[in-house]
Amino acid sequence: MTQDLLTRPAGEPAPPARTGLLLRVLPPGLYAGRARMLVERSLLVNRRMWLVVFTGFFEPLFFLLALGQGLGALVGGVTGPGGESLTYAEFVAPGLLAASAMNGAVYDATFNIFFKLRYAKLYDAVLATPLGPMDVAIGEVTWALLRGGLYSAGFLAIMLGMGLVGSAWALLALPAALLVAFAFAAVGMAATTWLRSWQDFEYVQLVLLPMFLFSTTFYPLSVYPGPLRVAVEAFPLYHAIELMRGLTTGAVHWGVLGHAAYFVVLAVLGVAVAARRLGRLLLR
Amino acid sequence: MIEDTALVRARGLVKRFGDFEAVRGIDVEVRRGEAFGFLGPNGAGKSSTMRMIACVSPRSAGELRVLGEDPDRHGPRIRARLGVVPQQDNLDNELTVRQNLHVYGRYFGLPRARVRAKAEELLEFAQLTDRADDEVEPLSGGMKRRLTIARSLVNDPELLLLDEPTTGLDPQARHLLWDRLFRLKQSGVTLLVTTHYMDEAEQLCDRLVVMDGGRVVAEGSPAELIRSHATREVLELRFAPGGQDAAVPLARELADRVEVLPDRLLLYTGDGEAALAAVQRRGVQPVATLVRRSTLEDVFLHLTGRSLVD
Amino acid sequence: MTATVRAPAQSTGQVPGPVRATLLVVEGLWTWYRRHWRSTLVSSVLQPLLYLVAMGVGLGTFVDAGGRGARTVPELAGASYLQYIAPALLVAAALQNAAGEATYPVLSGFKWQKNYWAVTATPITPHQLAHGSLLWIAIRVAVSGAAYLLVAALLGAVAGPGALLALPVAVLTAMAFAAPLAAFAATTRSGGEGFNVIIRFVVLPMTLFAGTFFPVEQLPALVRPLAWVTPLWHGTELARGLSLTGVPPLAALGHVGYLVVWLAVGVVVTRWRFRVRLTT
Repeated sequence: MTQDLLTRPAGEPAPPARTGLLLRVLPPGLYAGRARMLVERSLLVNRRMWLVVFTGFFEPLFFLLALGQGLGALVGGVTGPGGESLTYAEFVAPGLLAASAMNGAVYDATFNIFFKLRYAKLYDAVLATPLGPMDVAIGEVTWALLRGGLYSAGFLAIMLGMGLVGSAWALLALPAALLVAFAFAAVGMAATTWLRSWQDFEYVQLVLLPMFLFSTTFYPLSVYPGPLRVAVEAFPLYHAIELMRGLTTGAVHWGVLGHAAYFVVLAVLGVAVAARRLGRLLLR
Repeated sequence: MIEDTALVRARGLVKRFGDFEAVRGIDVEVRRGEAFGFLGPNGAGKSSTMRMIACVSPRSAGELRVLGEDPDRHGPRIRARLGVVPQQDNLDNELTVRQNLHVYGRYFGLPRARVRAKAEELLEFAQLTDRADDEVEPLSGGMKRRLTIARSLVNDPELLLLDEPTTGLDPQARHLLWDRLFRLKQSGVTLLVTTHYMDEAEQLCDRLVVMDGGRVVAEGSPAELIRSHATREVLELRFAPGGQDAAVPLARELADRVEVLPDRLLLYTGDGEAALAAVQRRGVQPVATLVRRSTLEDVFLHLTGRSLVD
Repeated sequence: MTATVRAPAQSTGQVPGPVRATLLVVEGLWTWYRRHWRSTLVSSVLQPLLYLVAMGVGLGTFVDAGGRGARTVPELAGASYLQYIAPALLVAAALQNAAGEATYPVLSGFKWQKNYWAVTATPITPHQLAHGSLLWIAIRVAVSGAAYLLVAALLGAVAGPGALLALPVAVLTAMAFAAPLAAFAATTRSGGEGFNVIIRFVVLPMTLFAGTFFPVEQLPALVRPLAWVTPLWHGTELARGLSLTGVPPLAALGHVGYLVVWLAVGVVVTRWRFRVRLTT
């Protein structure tokens, strides 16, 4: 229910041209293969902001404790994806894992990047070096991802400690969370390039909040009447939650791969659009 | 409420921040209708003095009367009759130009109709009528400055306080601003200006005090100050690297007074051309020479041994 | 275009009385709001309503099914889970919005936009500016709360006319928390990183654990006192009681008294911090 507010921040000789698979579909000059410079910069800045980074971990944990333990007593058991009966905490934990991967990645990719883009003019300085917009896009998304990965790993460890993990498949929940975070960060970053002012962040909220609340995070799809179910199934977060819930409860089937493929496509599209838009905004 | 002819009267005025004494007992008197300046480098105590006069900073010691009243006791009453242009624009960036004027006028207890009419007049005055309905954020520095000045006039102030009005503006924007301030002065508004630009002080001020290290080191009109603290003309000599030191003894011989700056010598003399001829006669070869009239910069250099702007 | 401004011998500026001055500060903030209110709708009105629908209607089906909730929570014997959380979400949302308005916008007035210095260069005093800023937050929260209540009533989340009394309770609770926060913001010199910590470690846990979604009796006995000291718990108890079952007068007095103390201390300290920072 809170917003992750911004963490505020402040080269080397040109590398040889590289042509990876992804790069062939992108215009030349957009990518110098040095995205890690941006990641290193974020690490440097955030070393001083460790408190903000550290506290981000607690948000899903508070939700888990409040809803799983406190509210759980009022809710009782819920039917899981494999038809088995789950405690409410077992049910809600993977939902929160997916939602926090989304929230963390999107807020990092929107608030921070908007600030750097419009106010700190960081990227103008970066692009005056051999680095290109693609380095910026991948670098920033990777940073958002590292942060999200740390949170997810911590949250999974707590789930394990609380006995909320029902299967060894849960080991795959960490890479799955990273994939989800990557896709959301990429899309969020692309969206940020269209935002004009801080007030426009209300639109980000307008998308994220209903998704967080209605994508079966807190109760199963069966609550909804037929047509609403179809709408919920269209939410990206719904697929993330299905993925996580399948893995942590052990109800794994081929459909899980479909959910994963959904995010691979989303990630590729997001990065491509973000790089093109950043190029348009910065290199004109 | 007895009003004397002095709009501001300070005696032994002191401002301390903890152990640091920013203003060290100054005496100042500003008369109705004049443009009065505080000239001095950064850190001279100008802004602290201005804030005390603006009734937003209690004095640490001494006497102060603004518009005949004591700022400590009648702050709001005095502020109702002042206009303040702070060093840094503090406009509401998320409101339009016109809204900034409306909102500010209301703080002075003015009726809505009066504020609306006054805002149009001020928009015209500040040459911002075209931008009236734009938000402040994207305006240029010069436009924001003009809006800040327009805003300060919304209550028809008897005394207008301007803290570094043109610092950070390009030359064109400065001249436009000076023109507006000159018009204000013509229409009878008393101006109180701080600046570290001598050209600004010479342009705007009838009378000024030179401040340094929290004290007043001289007082008078620009012409008086130049007459009593500098010669009529100055000869500037620049030398090839290493050549300056050798020329100093000769310079001292030829001029009333010599200032040795890192990059040039300043020779103060009644007749610059004659001094230049003498220098050349004695076989000294500067790479560049300039004869000019003395300015307030020279006054300041003489009084403090330092330049106004580093 | 040779505009000149004539200066009369006497300035037109006046000194507004203390009440009028406070209202003029509110008027200035209203001018901002009139231009930007759309951008505040999601977090002030839509957010609590979405929570109400998700938790009250969606999750509520599990709580209400077979009288499950009623076995643990007495209030749920006579009301649905939707009606149980509706007044609590009103209070929680009011508090969150007030907390948001009392932090970054206040710090901006001092630090980034610096427009507080513009205001106090006029006859308005720092105390009047503090009063006006706080009053404005209260008005905003009251209006958002009324809009929320209206939609909640249409959703069948309002149990009876007692819910109308929940609105002033929500405003009081919000201000009891926001006033001390405004004092903190007025003291803050850094970029406001501390606000994030307060929002994450005070506001969010308070919303989740201090009685909004489930009674604090569900918490381990050891942490219950932590919930009891929060203003939110007192506001929630009061608002929920007034909406559903009624509140014993003495308990009501205790809750109101506790909140008023927070508010009074907050206002006094905010006034002081505004004066210190604006008149040095």
